[in-house]
Amino acid sequence: MTDFLLQLRGIHKRYGAVTVLKDVDLDLRAGEVLALIGENGAGKSTMVKLLTGVVPFEEGTILLNGQLQKFANARASQAAGILAVHQETVMFEELSVAENIFMGRHLLRGGLVDWATMNTQAQAVLTHIGARFVATTLVKDLSLAERHLVEIARALSQKASVVILDEPTAALSQQEIRDFYGIVRQLRDQGVGVIFITHKFDEIFAVADRYLVLRDGAAVGSGVIAEATEQGLVKLMAGRAIDQIYPHVNSVPGEVVMEVKNLSHPTEFNNLSFALKRGEILGFYGLVGSGRSEAMLALMGLNPEATGSFVVEGKPLQPRRPADSIAAGLAYVPEERQRQGGILSFSVLQNISLAGLARFARGPWLSQLQESALCSSMVARLRIKTDSHDTPLSGLSGGNQQKVVIAKWLGLNPRIVILDEPTKGIDVGAKQAVYQLIAEMVEQGLAVILISSELPEVMNLAHRVVVMRRGLQVAEYARGAADAECIVAAASGLEMGEEVTA
Amino acid sequence: MKQLLQARREWLLLAIIGVIALAVGARAPVFLSWRNGMDIANDSAILAILVMGQMGVLLTRGIDLSVASNLALTGMVCALVGRAMPGVPIGVLLLLALAVGAALGSLNGWLITRFDLPPIVVTLGTLSAFRGAIFVASKGAWISDQDIHVAIKGLPREQWLGLPALVWFALVVLVVWAVFLKLRREGRELYALGGNPHAAQYVGIPVKSRLMLVYTLSGMLAGLAGLLWVGRYSIAYTELASGYELTVVAACVIGGVSIGGGVGSVLGAALGVLFIGVVNGALPVIQVSPFWQQAIAGAVILISVMVNARAERRGGRLILERVDMKGRAA
Repeated sequence: MTDFLLQLRGIHKRYGAVTVLKDVDLDLRAGEVLALIGENGAGKSTMVKLLTGVVPFEEGTILLNGQLQKFANARASQAAGILAVHQETVMFEELSVAENIFMGRHLLRGGLVDWATMNTQAQAVLTHIGARFVATTLVKDLSLAERHLVEIARALSQKASVVILDEPTAALSQQEIRDFYGIVRQLRDQGVGVIFITHKFDEIFAVADRYLVLRDGAAVGSGVIAEATEQGLVKLMAGRAIDQIYPHVNSVPGEVVMEVKNLSHPTEFNNLSFALKRGEILGFYGLVGSGRSEAMLALMGLNPEATGSFVVEGKPLQPRRPADSIAAGLAYVPEERQRQGGILSFSVLQNISLAGLARFARGPWLSQLQESALCSSMVARLRIKTDSHDTPLSGLSGGNQQKVVIAKWLGLNPRIVILDEPTKGIDVGAKQAVYQLIAEMVEQGLAVILISSELPEVMNLAHRVVVMRRGLQVAEYARGAADAECIVAAASGLEMGEEVTA
Repeated sequence: MKQLLQARREWLLLAIIGVIALAVGARAPVFLSWRNGMDIANDSAILAILVMGQMGVLLTRGIDLSVASNLALTGMVCALVGRAMPGVPIGVLLLLALAVGAALGSLNGWLITRFDLPPIVVTLGTLSAFRGAIFVASKGAWISDQDIHVAIKGLPREQWLGLPALVWFALVVLVVWAVFLKLRREGRELYALGGNPHAAQYVGIPVKSRLMLVYTLSGMLAGLAGLLWVGRYSIAYTELASGYELTVVAACVIGGVSIGGGVGSVLGAALGVLFIGVVNGALPVIQVSPFWQQAIAGAVILISVMVNARAERRGGRLILERVDMKGRAA
């Protein structure tokens, strides 16, 4: 009983009416790596927030070294020895690397900040993890991967008994990932309990000792990695087999509707060229920060420094504003639903009619009748679950919110729809609905560009997959022409990494 | 390299101030006299004290619009106490000014942290409330020269080691504040708090007590400025320093303190103060009509803010391999 370092019993967490964790148990021994696995929205991030004291939990107990813990705030949790490397980089861009590492616990001498010692200690940790930048660099001058190393350095520089790694390798190169495995094993050998959150199965099998699978906020399975299989874990995660999640896409791509040539930008992407056909789903796969979204913003006239030529349905397009692209038949559903997509305090109807307000104008007034007709047809067509047209968007589930955002753009009758991470942060059921919707859209003759970081998504839906890495178009595969390893290798530059180590 | 750029911007601001001073001096040599320099320094001293408080607030992504009202209210309280008790020593009055100012500032801080209200709304409210309080305290009457306590009037006219007392006050505030921001944990955490509030919470910075701190400090410095202002101009009335909060914010922005939080240096802010002092001092000297002075001062502020904003605007995200970046730079 007491040989567990960290024990969670019956943890419940609710956000408003939504239960995100129900009755979760977790055991972690000193000197072991526990893989916490689950789809997006399964509750992994919420677990991290509870353990790091960022949000409180309603029910249940947390025992650390046999002692009851409440983790009232982040400082209490850190003091107890729980540290996290967060998925979203939690960084202070205007400050130096050293200061980022020591923020919240600056080294002091006589009440004043001891810069010299802080810089030296930070440099020592950085060197230890193989970072190739100095501690006095400002974080805003670092790349995404380098920022992740700073986060890792921050966790390592503290005396921790539990280290939580929340998808720490998402932006690292293969070489850096291998170095990182070494660090994880080193932590384990020092007797630290590591909770490792990841999507990637190769990582789970490479470093983890045991696993715990979360699905829809509940713990659905745990065990020893040595006895687990990838198929078994996938089934636990999804609660159903893959072919049940992804619809069969029946449409056959027709004539070319959009051609992009030499799309370039001084710092973001270079020389992208691709064609999109009617009834086709073109997948864009790449790691976060590989320049996919930035390139799509250029198509919508939102990236003024981009250059290149676009031809949409035989007509050249030079988008200076989103309105130019919308008029040409493009629609872009942005990645961050809550920041760029829907307006949470607006009703379903107001959100849906927002993109095309001009079309509802009767003289100076909006025609409510037309607005409401559009809303009804969209709610029916996309099967949006809402009490009424007047329900605020915040009252809908994540999947339905996403459908409303998509509906807003479909209301413009576009011929090309760009979906940027359309299933980010929504549960499996809602994902299934969004996939179904995408399949229906192309069957109705729309052309879809699907940007995703989730490999199964692009592999199962897209007719063709364009792989991007560091702003460059590095590969293109037809459906079924490449296996997962092949695509991941292209996206992460595996071959290059091998050359370096050889 | 970025640090160099940052430092260069401060040199640039200093150079612009020098050029303006020399150009005006060429047309009207009196502008470059010691006496005129001390006038500008005296005027700038009070602004500098206020700017240091405002800078702390801006660093946390907040704003304190109530400083001028706080200044006037504290000034009025000190004037009233001084009139009622002619025997009270200056040290007590100074402490009173700091205490009243800090109390008013902490009211802002309390409203903002306790009820999670936006700083601009809270301080806009207290801006009016404090003005109202002056009217109530003074019953709308002016306290003029003969009723101002001798020690309050005397303080700004003191000279220590050849420099006016006001300048000494400003220098002490500047140095203490610079040390606090660079070498105290709380000071560093202000930068973190404004740079990324979300992350500040994750690393365990006590956000509310830091916000409480900056609003209280801003209020305390406004209180000090109130006592000095009343002494310098020998008058206290309801509309004292009305609208001055905008000059304070402008000086911060000109000095490179970001309204968006997390960026700003004491040196930069001090140069922002000097810039405003020189421009305001220069316009009457080169005989610009008083009707135009305000408009021109405003235009100059706008231009300098625009230049700052352009300098700060970054290109796109850096995604492409750095190899070709270096190639281009070489």
